[in-house]
Amino acid sequence: MGITRGFTGRDRKGADERLPPGQYDTGSSWPVLTAELMPRIDLSTWELAIGGLVEQPTSWSWDELHALPASSYNGDIHCVTTWSKFDTNFGGVSLDTLLEVARPKSEATHIVATATTGYTTNLPIDDVLGGKSWIVWEFDGKPLAQEHGGPVRMLVPHLYFWKSTKWITRVDFLDHDEPGFWERNGYHDRGDPWLEQRYQGDA
Amino acid sequence: MSEQPVPVGRSWTTGIVREIERPTDRLVKIRFEVADRTPHRPGQHYVVRLRAPDDYTAQRSYSIASDPDDPLVEIMVEVLPRGEVSPFLHEIAEVGDEFELRGPIGRWFVWNDDVPSICVGGGSGVVPFVSMLRYARRVGIDPRLSIVASAQTRERLPYADELEKYGALIALTRENHHDRVAAHIYPDEVKALAFGAQRAYVCGSVGFVSFAGRILADAGISESNVRVEQFGPSA
Repeated sequence: MGITRGFTGRDRKGADERLPPGQYDTGSSWPVLTAELMPRIDLSTWELAIGGLVEQPTSWSWDELHALPASSYNGDIHCVTTWSKFDTNFGGVSLDTLLEVARPKSEATHIVATATTGYTTNLPIDDVLGGKSWIVWEFDGKPLAQEHGGPVRMLVPHLYFWKSTKWITRVDFLDHDEPGFWERNGYHDRGDPWLEQRYQGDA
Repeated sequence: MSEQPVPVGRSWTTGIVREIERPTDRLVKIRFEVADRTPHRPGQHYVVRLRAPDDYTAQRSYSIASDPDDPLVEIMVEVLPRGEVSPFLHEIAEVGDEFELRGPIGRWFVWNDDVPSICVGGGSGVVPFVSMLRYARRVGIDPRLSIVASAQTRERLPYADELEKYGALIALTRENHHDRVAAHIYPDEVKALAFGAQRAYVCGSVGFVSFAGRILADAGISESNVRVEQFGPSA
């Protein structure tokens, strides 16, 4: 498309190659995007359940989750509202660790992640298996703040951040794709920031 | 969420600026003629994308202020200091300029006009409610819509005259307004407006949204009936 008259944009000298197209570096800030009010979560009753097409539907309490081998993510995150944040550090447990117990069935192709608020998002299993996704409760070594999905959220950092469900409580395996909350509301089913898959209709 | 899917713009199009107005040094109102326009529903937004000569782009989302029936699409942009897109729109954009647009976007923060609703907006968070108000007045269902519009001062409140004229509660926090003493929105003034409302729409900064959520809970609107649109420092 044509250039915008008079627009030069931010200084891009030494632009960071970690920045996907159409994104900007938000630096030390961390904007918030949610569609609902923040829930109050009682960790004494909260649990994470994995179900659907798995051999062993399983639930973990807060304490049980913390007893599992810790795993962390160090790297970048990208929000569809165009900010990216570099060098983040999240701590929790790899989803792979939970799936060693739950064992997805061979016919499973997608997951739906569900928050305590009822928010959902859909993901192909290839985007969550093999060291690509986490259940996290720490940011920079401190408890994850409520507005950022604390006490516990999913983390799928290679996709736009709405795929990283805040206040996670369920992961269900399906044999088909089932659009989640933002996906039904006009956003892309996969959400790869490097391909700019922001909205429905993007390649 | 069993409603009919709301249409969304599935590809980029262009909009030509037909009218532009700078009501204050922090606000710019732009009215676009949109090519291949998909009709919007009140509450939806557009993405505006700026493109530099080297193909660098910057894009931001802005709520629609206009009635779906309006031949032009109107946005009202608040200028954020050190921003990249909003200062450009305020300082450089002119009538006749062409912009890349994508929209309408969003199916969640959309008013279902058969649901009596209360809207609570902070600062430029009132913009989607202006679209709802214009639409409701045109089709004669404005009794189903209550609006609370909050800002530090009247000058910081977009569409203050229009909102006030058509019955919105104007809640200024840093200056008195008629006989209302400067104060944050307080529960009693919201309770009357929330009476009969089955849903709430809240739009504003992150801090404003959580404050409004508490006020609405006091007024008897449960969390699960609150739809939220937040904006942060994206500029």
